[in-house]
Amino acid sequence: MSLVQDVAPTTGDETIHNYTINFGPQHPAAHGVLRLVMELDGEIVERLDPHVGLLHRGTEKLIEYKTYLQALPYFDRLDYCSPLCMEHSYVLAVEKLLDLEVPLRAQYLRVLFAELTRICNHMLNLGSHVMDVGAMTPNLWMFEIREDCLNFFERASGARMHAAWFRPGGVHQDVPLKLLTDIADWLDTRLPQLFEDAISLVADNRIFKQRNVDIATVSKEDALKWGFSGPMIRAAGIPWDIRRSQPYDVYDRMEFDVPVGTKGDCYDRFMVRVEEVRQSARIMKQCLKDMPEGPIASDDRKVSPPKRAEMKQSMEALIHHFKLYTEGFKVPEGSVYVATESPKGEFGVYLVSDGTNKPYRCKIRPTAFSHLQAMDMMSRGHMLADTTAILGAMDIVFGECDR
Amino acid sequence: MSHSAPRYASNDGVIDAAREALGVDLLDAVEANGEIALTVKREELLGCMMQLRDTLDYQQLMEIAGVDWPDHDPRFEVVYCLLSVTKNHRIRVHVWTNEDQPVPSVTGIWPVAGWLEREVFDMYGVLFEGNTDLRRILTDYGFTGHPQRKDFPLTGYVELRYSEEHKRVMYEPVQLAQDFRNFDFMSPWEGADYILPGDEKGDAK
Repeated sequence: MSLVQDVAPTTGDETIHNYTINFGPQHPAAHGVLRLVMELDGEIVERLDPHVGLLHRGTEKLIEYKTYLQALPYFDRLDYCSPLCMEHSYVLAVEKLLDLEVPLRAQYLRVLFAELTRICNHMLNLGSHVMDVGAMTPNLWMFEIREDCLNFFERASGARMHAAWFRPGGVHQDVPLKLLTDIADWLDTRLPQLFEDAISLVADNRIFKQRNVDIATVSKEDALKWGFSGPMIRAAGIPWDIRRSQPYDVYDRMEFDVPVGTKGDCYDRFMVRVEEVRQSARIMKQCLKDMPEGPIASDDRKVSPPKRAEMKQSMEALIHHFKLYTEGFKVPEGSVYVATESPKGEFGVYLVSDGTNKPYRCKIRPTAFSHLQAMDMMSRGHMLADTTAILGAMDIVFGECDR
Repeated sequence: MSHSAPRYASNDGVIDAAREALGVDLLDAVEANGEIALTVKREELLGCMMQLRDTLDYQQLMEIAGVDWPDHDPRFEVVYCLLSVTKNHRIRVHVWTNEDQPVPSVTGIWPVAGWLEREVFDMYGVLFEGNTDLRRILTDYGFTGHPQRKDFPLTGYVELRYSEEHKRVMYEPVQLAQDFRNFDFMSPWEGADYILPGDEKGDAK
């Protein structure tokens, strides 16, 4: 029996069914291990269900079994693209429970390096966002800047990524003067050159705009309801920046602008981050200009360790050092929720202490959780190819999302 | 004020305003460490949250944290961290619950609560009534147990490996070459109320 076709096929004869596809868990545009279960109608996204947790390492549980100081390096490994900003929330939470004063120089150093981290993070995000929508060159140029940032981290802390440099009471070690002058030179020369060159390739680029403008617009109301923060809420037009409204460390002494978007689309999010890089550079310059001399860690010997030279002479210093690195310090009973402006948004730590040397509970508020959750709402009705642009503009890192 | 953590608007009068808005549903209001924590009745959570959002302008729900207190009855504490972007203030709302007493879901007020509640459910087994999508979120597909509970061991119960023989990943009971070293830092001079190892005889007298 032969197959006979009655009539020549015309368009519209076949009914198209929705189908479900898996995006990830291994996909270069997923920025890590994200699995998106997408229901598509042709190429239009009808429904989208993000599956997270593939990088869950039980950080919060592990922290409950570590002393306050031992718990600190876990924070570097949360958002491994902006490690120092992760530490920032945690050390501030511990200091708030201890009601511990931090010397001024340490506060300046923390702000300086938190802003350097912000530049470092945005280089990765802006670059990979651009690459997700098809451009290659800016990413390579921005990685040059990122490399410089990582070198600075290495010169300050000894580690390129997982610095563990912010400590309750201050920072671990003072920085050499040469590092500060090198950062100042870099802010004046390499950063603006490379960065502005890279951005000039895409900011007004027609193809880039076609891929981003009017994609995933989020209204102010939605941004509030969905718990947005950071560049995501600012792109929606709400001038909310924790550095400005709830200043911590020496941010209240800094002069900087808070960029906001007008439409709340992917292009706005991109441009808010671009402007944030310039503002971060501005903050860093002020830090370098105003940074005083002085101690870089609290002189409360029950919390921050003595200098090594001191230990060679003083028995008491030696005892303090030994006690701090075995038993650690005890934190008074109580609970605090401390949130700082990480490059990705509000990064919070809800810390419960029961008066011992280990946190009773350390709940980490990832920025990615609320943003990724809104992905379904943001992607509906957009094309499959737009999901990568939306995801890129959200700036998700799974170390932080999955903890 | 000596720490350098984020400084937001003053707490003055916030407790009074909350007391007025929430009435008898507010069980307890504490100001400690510069933060305000309200404990509300579990059954009345939705009404309280509506009041806090609409009357007191706490527009954003930033976080829901679970805490396990095995010696406390009821056992679980669910903490809602609210933020007001207009008043520049933060507040915490605490609710106590048990394994079998569901907490009303706030997904109707803040859609962001969906995943946050899923996480508390995943980690502690706290149920949320009205959350239509209460699946596990961070743990593996097919995971059993609630890992953040204090009685859940740090090492877990199963470990995973790829078996070359079976050509698939396999779950096996956890086998560790070395025990987890959990030191006891409680000093006997600071009122440790347990029997030190080797001290049992002294107590038998």
